[in-house]
Amino acid sequence: MKKIAILGAGPAGIEAAAVLAANNCPVTLFEKGQQPLCNITDKAFLFPNFADADEVAAALRAKLDNPNITLRCNTEVTQLMPSFIAGFQEENLTGTPVWKVNEELYDVVLLATGYTPFDAHRKEELGYGIYAGVHTSLEMEKMIREKKIVNSVGENPKRVVFLQCVGSRDEKSGNHYCSKLCCVTAVKQAIEVKKLLPECETYVFYMDLRMWGQHFEEMYRTAQQDYGVTFVRGRISEAGGTFDDRVQIKAEDTLLGRPLKMTSDLLVLMVGMEASKGTRQLSEMCHICGEYGFAQSLDPHLNDCRTQGRGLFVAGSCKRPMTLTDAINDGRAAACEILTSL
Amino acid sequence: MFDIFVIPFCLGVLALLVISVIKYYNWIKGFDRRQQMLVRKNILSWKFVPAIWEMIRECLLHWRITKHNVLLGYMHRSLAFGWFLLIAVGAVQAAVAFPGGHHLYMAIFFNYFEPRTPDMAHTHAMDTIATVMDVLLLYVFSGLSLAILKKLWSKPLGMKRTTRHNVTDRVAKFALWCIFPLRLLAEGATSAIYHNGGFLVAGLGSVMESIGLDNGILEYNLWLLYSLALGVFFTLMPFTRYMHIFTEVFLIYFRQLGLRDSDKKNGYTLFELSACSRCGICIDGCPINRELGVTDIQGVYLLQAIRNKDVLNKANDIANMCMVCGRCSTECPVGIDLEPIRRQVRNEQVSSIDHPDGYQYLKSVHHFNAVGRVAYFGGCMSHLTPGITEAMEKIFMAAGQSYWFMDKEGTMCCGRPLMQQGMVRQAEALRDLNKRVIKKSNATMLVTSCPICYQTFVKDYKLNIPVIHHSQYIDMLINEGRIKVKNGGQRVTYHDPCELGRGCGVYDEPRHVVASAANLVATEEEREKSLCCGYNLGNIHIDSEQQKLIRDAALRNLLAPNPDMIATACPMCKKAMTRGSDIPVSDIAEIVACNLVDS
Repeated sequence: MKKIAILGAGPAGIEAAAVLAANNCPVTLFEKGQQPLCNITDKAFLFPNFADADEVAAALRAKLDNPNITLRCNTEVTQLMPSFIAGFQEENLTGTPVWKVNEELYDVVLLATGYTPFDAHRKEELGYGIYAGVHTSLEMEKMIREKKIVNSVGENPKRVVFLQCVGSRDEKSGNHYCSKLCCVTAVKQAIEVKKLLPECETYVFYMDLRMWGQHFEEMYRTAQQDYGVTFVRGRISEAGGTFDDRVQIKAEDTLLGRPLKMTSDLLVLMVGMEASKGTRQLSEMCHICGEYGFAQSLDPHLNDCRTQGRGLFVAGSCKRPMTLTDAINDGRAAACEILTSL
Repeated sequence: MFDIFVIPFCLGVLALLVISVIKYYNWIKGFDRRQQMLVRKNILSWKFVPAIWEMIRECLLHWRITKHNVLLGYMHRSLAFGWFLLIAVGAVQAAVAFPGGHHLYMAIFFNYFEPRTPDMAHTHAMDTIATVMDVLLLYVFSGLSLAILKKLWSKPLGMKRTTRHNVTDRVAKFALWCIFPLRLLAEGATSAIYHNGGFLVAGLGSVMESIGLDNGILEYNLWLLYSLALGVFFTLMPFTRYMHIFTEVFLIYFRQLGLRDSDKKNGYTLFELSACSRCGICIDGCPINRELGVTDIQGVYLLQAIRNKDVLNKANDIANMCMVCGRCSTECPVGIDLEPIRRQVRNEQVSSIDHPDGYQYLKSVHHFNAVGRVAYFGGCMSHLTPGITEAMEKIFMAAGQSYWFMDKEGTMCCGRPLMQQGMVRQAEALRDLNKRVIKKSNATMLVTSCPICYQTFVKDYKLNIPVIHHSQYIDMLINEGRIKVKNGGQRVTYHDPCELGRGCGVYDEPRHVVASAANLVATEEEREKSLCCGYNLGNIHIDSEQQKLIRDAALRNLLAPNPDMIATACPMCKKAMTRGSDIPVSDIAEIVACNLVDS
């Protein structure tokens, strides 16, 4: 029996494990956190259909309940390398352990180590960590989840400003790429804020809104027509504090071609996705490190789950920014590739 | 006495003299009004004393080069000082030997004319002088052999890269290198016939005599070749880098009189251009060379391009591709200030896009409301690193100092980024407005957080109140006991910002401040040798990947001692470092604000 290791118990890792387990392949699932699905446990609702994040997470977690799956939480993989033992050839994959995961040997490894949110401290001009009213989109999501959106003095905010592209599409922070899901997340969160606090003004500052997915455009339209969310094209250049602990924003409205100043109770930074520390380290260790520390597959069209390492597969947002839906699908695709290779 | 072979030498000297006088006359005539005034004011002052000392120290002894590398200093010193002494002692020798007077060439070709002069008395003094001349010749030879070594392998002389010279420079260098061996051979040939000269010449003479050469013909041809080499060298001198030999003397004198570069290229710039010896010491330290491998934009090539009047194309590219970090200027052994020269070229480029309507917006900036005696100017960059301005406000409060945060609301640029791009007029417009505002405020001191602003406030504003950087201000508060700081115990390396360190010479105060709030750890390349953070506004032509390479080099230096934190005193450097560092990067104000103790 071939030994299969999956690194990372996120959506992609769990889905791949479930598919493999259903095909009678025992898998070992490594997770460095205390629990699987760390990145979605604190989410409230999921775009585009406002599905309850807890329900989706529970459904995914239920898939782990399979005798073929061994879940090892609190286990960080720090070593991943091909173990070139004597007589190794590609065709005798069967029975020959080839990948060294920490101290054990596995025939097949699936890298599903995922992303990490951009550290907003790195954009100091936006005042994160300096002014109490500045939050990241993850913190906003928690507030929505707890149904308690408050400003720095514990009152309901009268105005909430969202800023897109924090740490993505930003040459200065070194990330030229688009993180793909922040646009629609801001639209979703603005609607949530409006649902909870109908009196609160909401603004979204954007460079351009990328409503690429099914139903996204409809959400964007609803946000404007039904919920009165205001969209302003332009980036916020700097944020400052006011005497009453609110946030003052300097920006440019690029449609009007005018600079503007605005005071807001909350400034929400839509932080982008970066390769997680595990993704960065492990993909470098087995020489599949691509742009910006993400892992690189063989071919984005035809061979997106295989890598140049034999028996080494990749799935999910360790390759590039991905939505939850994409990550689940990609985990399934990787499992199919693994089954074919066995 | 006369011989036809001295003609090339005499013509060379004449050409050198005439061309130099014409050039220097024109350059001095090209001084601007302020420079001319300074010359007239100071020409009869005591300033010639330090000037002469500096001339001896730099033109003859090459002290600054010696500090850069001992061997390189020796090479330049032996060639310059050795040759100088050869000429000086040679003059004495001729004066002693020909008491009835002599022509210039008789001193230069002394060994040829001396034995041919009837009734020459061979005194003891003459023998001593001949020995001294031979020792000096050996001294020059030691430098010459180092110069040849440097051509083949420059590393032992402290240079990774040397300058690529043009054809005239190379011909002149070849002539220069020929002069001394030809002289020795010619003197040897004469000695083979007349048995004159010191130990070296006479020794060579006896060898030449013993191997049975036709020394009669050989002698004359060698003296002719020596004269030709001298003639070629002197004629080419005004058109090559060797013009620096005389020009540096003038430059030192004018600099001591107080002359500096102005906004436009003028006579003083021409002296600087010509005083560059093209030694290439500016190349190795340049971050654009070290990290990006671009080796044709350094100071030496900038000056060369301007000298060759390549201004429209080449000099522009060269002038733009520079971090303005000032490393080259601190290392230049001639002390040429390269930043204003780059600015002159940049100014020529941007003057075409200068339109007066651009200043209209300045009229709308009027909401200034001065309170307190200390004016605080954060600067644009500090507004992008609000951690610094917040920390400064906390420190002002802790010190009980009422202050006026003059650019808190209506941010206005200090003008230096425009200056760096050569937009001199636009910068002046901003300066005028800031100056008016500061004057109206009745502030008695200006504190800035950004070294870029600090440099222009100190050098270009000419305010009548003291201007200090926040590192100096915090140091002062700590020394006066107005704030109390505890040592947080972290190991911290300090990054010298170019504008604060090399730009304004502020190295110690920020270190005192860091040392009072943390444990300061030294790094390999610091103070004058500090590395650019890569994000200097001086270069708007390199891309972000190139900036990263320069930054990473600076980070490697700062991270080498494994600190807990990196400290700096510039918002720009802080931003640059934060983008690439795994450990926290803090401004010294933030470190102090974190470790304030209530008193």
